[in-house]
Amino acid sequence: MAVRVQTEDFDVGAESRALQAETVGGIALFIGTVRGLSSDDGVTAMTLEHFPGMTENELERIEAEARARWPLEDVTIIHRVGRLLPGEQIVMVGTASAHRKAAFESAEFIMDFLKTDAPFWKAEERGGEKTWVEARDSDDTARDRWSD
Amino acid sequence: MTLTIRYFAWMREHTGTDLETVPLPENVSSVGDLVPHLAAMSDGHAQALKNMRAVRVAVNRTYGDLDTPVAAGDEVAFFPPVTGG
Repeated sequence: MAVRVQTEDFDVGAESRALQAETVGGIALFIGTVRGLSSDDGVTAMTLEHFPGMTENELERIEAEARARWPLEDVTIIHRVGRLLPGEQIVMVGTASAHRKAAFESAEFIMDFLKTDAPFWKAEERGGEKTWVEARDSDDTARDRWSD
Repeated sequence: MTLTIRYFAWMREHTGTDLETVPLPENVSSVGDLVPHLAAMSDGHAQALKNMRAVRVAVNRTYGDLDTPVAAGDEVAFFPPVTGG
């Protein structure tokens, strides 16, 4: 069990190896990165702010819900904060299970809830202009499809 | 008999503060009761709290809403819908 909020980058290879175990048959990794200059809106940098304390609580709650739904051997959630440039890694979710289906599905579940419940906010820079990113209804829709 | 109030993202920019301690006003027992008192603190506060439908609330770091009770010593946080990931 590991939830980390940090300014520094992370090593996906090392994180993947840390999820390996004799009982594990599949590891799913999702890595979110800053979409920037190659996209049509020309973001030059992004700054991520969060609510220390509540963020970790929410990520741990989401992890616990995933573990209650799927037989997971291990979970890693890492989210960076601070100023990031296009192409940099923002977030990693890693899930390890005996079989791939649980790993794939739980990684997607964790990302969907992270998007709507974990208190992070992105401000985008375009040239000298800073704008706060607005939440998208499609993220709520992605979360709500997990409701029974 | 005070409350700790926190603001994040554009709400922090509007209010000009990320953290303030305010006396618990009389007859305030929920977040909804508290909001008009905070909005009266400055033009920036009024601007930040103008549309509470666009704002999320956490009391003692757990999501709540306008009906969530507040009492002396509580931490009440206001922030826009989240945009991480």
